Amino acid sequence: MTGKLILYLQYPFVRYALIVGILIALCSSLLGVTLVLKRFSFIGDGLSHVAFGAIAISTVFNLSDNMIIVLPVTIISAILLLRTGKNAKIKGDATIAMISVASLAFGYLIMNVFSTSSNLTGDVCSTLFGSTSILTLTITEVWLCIILSVTVIITFVLLYNKIFAVTFDENFAKSTGSNTDLYNLIIAVIIAIIIVLAMNLVGSLLISALIIFPALSSMRLFRSFKMVTICSATLSVICAFTGIIISILAGTPVGSTIVAINAAVFIICYLFELIKGGIGI
Amino acid sequence: MALLTIKNLSLGYNSKKLIENLNFTVGKGDYLCIVGENGSGKTTLIKTLLNLNTPVSGQILTGEGLKRNEIGYLPQQTDIQRDFPATVYEIVLSGCQGRCGFRPFYNKEDKHLAAKNLELLGISDLSNCCYRELSGGQQQRVLLARALCATKKLLILDEPVAGLDPKATEEMYNIVSKLNKNKIAIIMISHDIDNAISYASHILHIGNKVFFGSKDKYIKSNTGKLFLMKQRGA
Repeated sequence: MTGKLILYLQYPFVRYALIVGILIALCSSLLGVTLVLKRFSFIGDGLSHVAFGAIAISTVFNLSDNMIIVLPVTIISAILLLRTGKNAKIKGDATIAMISVASLAFGYLIMNVFSTSSNLTGDVCSTLFGSTSILTLTITEVWLCIILSVTVIITFVLLYNKIFAVTFDENFAKSTGSNTDLYNLIIAVIIAIIIVLAMNLVGSLLISALIIFPALSSMRLFRSFKMVTICSATLSVICAFTGIIISILAGTPVGSTIVAINAAVFIICYLFELIKGGIGI
Repeated sequence: MALLTIKNLSLGYNSKKLIENLNFTVGKGDYLCIVGENGSGKTTLIKTLLNLNTPVSGQILTGEGLKRNEIGYLPQQTDIQRDFPATVYEIVLSGCQGRCGFRPFYNKEDKHLAAKNLELLGISDLSNCCYRELSGGQQQRVLLARALCATKKLLILDEPVAGLDPKATEEMYNIVSKLNKNKIAIIMISHDIDNAISYASHILHIGNKVFFGSKDKYIKSNTGKLFLMKQRGA
């Protein structure tokens, strides 16, 4: 087993996959805590479906680099979704549901009507559930991912205190002069970037899991915002690393393996909390 | 010059006007209670004072060196906060956010201020506790300590005793009145008219009839007599 692993690690594509996977896992877990607490858990889901629609369009136009369309479209949708959260005529969750199913339907429709690919079902399936594309990353894609991830992490660290204040009590933050609209906008943009990045790893149907599970698991274990954030990042990285290794060794699909591990970790954390509460430590 | 001067202020949602041509002032060391029926616009009024809502018309002027973002605010609790994983210290420190501006991290002064306010409200020993595991009264103290980090002059409290047991209610009133004696002006929304009357220096009554003036005048006024009778009878 170890021998096989060492052998695999000598291939650059395996190393790329690990680097990219770990970075994506780290980024996606950071904002998870905020999204869960703000009751925006479904945003990841909605946005990833929008991204799916955008990918469909760029496939039809035969764009070699679909980031050009996918990233801006997702960012704009993220901003719109977070904005309408507050005082829209159609409430936040309904808007998300609406946009997400609509773009899913249009995406598949467009792909079906215009696609030139011989393996349409395979294409759709790999966009939805994550493909082996994480194992076929080019060096340019790896660098792009590294740059975006580092930007996300630096922004998060610099805005950590503001994000805390805005998440805990937006009204208070606003009344004491924080520019809450700006921070919400930045949060929206970061989410969009993370989602586009994470589509490579787990596919658009499973992205929410990557954002939500680490946050929920660590909220079972810790009681301070800082510890919850740190623990969530750590858990996410560990799950992604194990997931990628297992999927390489056992030949399972990358995305669903990672998500399954995340779910298992959540159950363990949940049980841990129950037991701890039960015997009253 | 008063801390706050409200001139001809009109408030409302969409096209419906809630309050029209409101005038009042809050001076240094005042203790103003806002009373009135449910739905008369009390919360809307303080949200406007805090810059969270825009008024339909009128002016809100500040004086005595008070800036609009230096008003401490104790909001009603939200659902999000009830299961928020954060320590007392993290929350109190977040009250310094307004002082930070674009500075990303808290400095020594901020931390010192947070520690001082924890001490002032007698919750220093709770500073590493998780907010969601505290009692209602303790949670209110935490939020009050946070509000104090944001201001030196004026506190706005939105029903600070809602949902508290009698002992915690009394403690809350004592704390607020202690802060008021330390020269911090108080604006408080209260449903508890008897306590409002016993602690406040001024009363603002909004609703069909508007009254603003000292507590003694309010008790003698027709608006006051009627409202007091109704509240006590209910």
